[in-house]
Amino acid sequence: MDAMIPRIPLGNWIEAGLKWLTTEYSGVTRGIARLTQTGIDGLDDALLAVPEWGLIAVLALICWRLSGWRLALGAVLGMGLIWNMGYWQPMVQTLTLVVIATTVAVLIAMPIGILAALSTRLYRVVMPVLDFMQTMPAFVYLIPAIPFFGIGAVSAIFATVIFSMPPAIRLTILGIRQVPVELIEAADAYGATRIQKLLKVQLPLSLPTIMAGVNQTIMLALSMVVIAAMIGADGLGSEVWRAIQRLRPGDGFEAGIAVVILAMLLDRITQSIRTSGRKKD
Amino acid sequence: MSDSSSEAIKIKVRNLSKVFGPHPKRALEMRNSGMRRPEIFEQTGQTLALSNISFDVYDGELLVIMGLSGSGKSTLIRCLNRLIEPTEGDVFIDDESITGMTDKQLLDARRRHFSMVFQSFALFPHRTVQQNAEFGLEVRGMSKAERREIARTALEQVGLKGWEDSYPHQLSGGMQQRVGLARALANDGSVLLMDEAFSALDPLIRKDMQQELQELQYHTRKTTIFITHDLDEAINIGDRIILLKDGEIVQQGTPEQILTSPADDYVARFIEGVDMARVLTARSAMRPVRATARDSDGPRTVLRKMSENGLDSIYITSRDRRLHGLVDAAALKSAIQDKKDHITELIDPDVPRVGPDEPLNSLFGMFSERSVPIAVVDGDGRLLGVVVKGAVLDELAKAGDY
Repeated sequence: MDAMIPRIPLGNWIEAGLKWLTTEYSGVTRGIARLTQTGIDGLDDALLAVPEWGLIAVLALICWRLSGWRLALGAVLGMGLIWNMGYWQPMVQTLTLVVIATTVAVLIAMPIGILAALSTRLYRVVMPVLDFMQTMPAFVYLIPAIPFFGIGAVSAIFATVIFSMPPAIRLTILGIRQVPVELIEAADAYGATRIQKLLKVQLPLSLPTIMAGVNQTIMLALSMVVIAAMIGADGLGSEVWRAIQRLRPGDGFEAGIAVVILAMLLDRITQSIRTSGRKKD
Repeated sequence: MSDSSSEAIKIKVRNLSKVFGPHPKRALEMRNSGMRRPEIFEQTGQTLALSNISFDVYDGELLVIMGLSGSGKSTLIRCLNRLIEPTEGDVFIDDESITGMTDKQLLDARRRHFSMVFQSFALFPHRTVQQNAEFGLEVRGMSKAERREIARTALEQVGLKGWEDSYPHQLSGGMQQRVGLARALANDGSVLLMDEAFSALDPLIRKDMQQELQELQYHTRKTTIFITHDLDEAINIGDRIILLKDGEIVQQGTPEQILTSPADDYVARFIEGVDMARVLTARSAMRPVRATARDSDGPRTVLRKMSENGLDSIYITSRDRRLHGLVDAAALKSAIQDKKDHITELIDPDVPRVGPDEPLNSLFGMFSERSVPIAVVDGDGRLLGVVVKGAVLDELAKAGDY
């Protein structure tokens, strides 16, 4: 490097910042960690308490109601295969992580998306932040997660939420912004308040787009949950991870196929929620 | 016609101007120093959409605001309910200043006063026809049962009974705009704003809708402001017309006034191609009656009046100029020989007569039946004037020259 310009110690600053955060707010992070861990354990236990065939039946019923018998059959065959291969427990653990991570992500993303869609100023701030969140390599989030929340599922969820949130925010903004101006004008002309406009016109009309964002978030969360196995999150990811370490391609593919089955099911289910919402148009 | 009985002013617009651009005050200063729209645009990049507009809307009339695209008509109608914020000037409704209202008052005024129908229909695609019609009442917080009833009646009024549970995309264009109209009627604001409401419809349906609007407006007497770029439409439905060009009013008046005495070349060019015979009325071709006789006159008096004016028949009216009929010279002469001193039995009541607003083209038919002139009478039967065949042709020829 040129001696005239000293190297900018960006990394040191970030580390100092993170260190300060972890020491100053250790109470807060520990609280969040405990709360999240309780949620994870609770959902895990609940799902595992149901007999395998019972959960498969419930899943099939949901698929049948939302989409039809084809998806229901797919759910039964796919889940049956996972059960048969002996990946039932890691599958449930992964499902738990995905459900909790996406719930948190969507709960944060929706209000941010709505506000950013309605305020140009906030939109200008949010967009570059989203670009940052999406392009930063996902592994990087895992590193600070550990000092915050320790090794395990909570850190995995933290990193997953950050990584999977951007599409939900983006598509919420897009959905609301693409509501035709004539309809906004019509709502205004009849004296609708901001809230009435949002609830009666903007949100219902952007629902299909928002659901597409939720779908994307679920898919990203699922891909991240597997990576999160590297910081000790249990689930299908850790099965893959173990197979890599032991050089057992057969085990790796089995666990991988289980991930694919879970991903396809979650994708089809959320998509059919989206299209069944659109049929009313 | 804007009958003189309801001259109460519903909306007053005073010195309204609108500039689109970041420094509207500067554009207005330039306007005040005499610059026109193109110069202001060239120097500042800002558009002077409306400049110094003042007019009144009478209670119960159907006022048409007409202009080509870019004339500012859509901006103008949106300034009335402040969907677009005017840069300068005032709008009053029932003497209440719209332009001075707070956001909350404005919301309330929009709910009470304005029902708007849009060119693009602007129906909510996720709501049924019924729910669309209910929208205005729903945002006002009306109870479900009450608003359902009102919306149902409005939908019936526009001929959409049985379509309540359909979605807008299942309806044709004309039917969709009926939903738009029903939404406005259900809301029952004191003013109906129609922004090129029929422009997106095909010609036949458009004619139907115009007719229905006229009927509806005639029965409800709801103050209506109708925006259009189509002169035929303006003339067809308007009680009065305001002509807009480059954000300024060029002329305002009844359709007939605009057609027979266009204010300038712009208006004159506008009215070329309009079917004059349909537009001109008996009033424009009418001449004053040279002489009339009273029903109390004796036969000799009447005969003398006729010979003084060189007539072989004469209109008989009562004291208050109510028309009784026609008497001809031959009948009078025989009455004199019979030594009668009343003319009442001699009056032929079967005289062709029309109202002053009768279109000229329908007078043609009457001339072919009888060769006598046509009497023009007002609503109370009073004689206003007379139309002879030649005058109709004259008027049409004159109109064609513009």
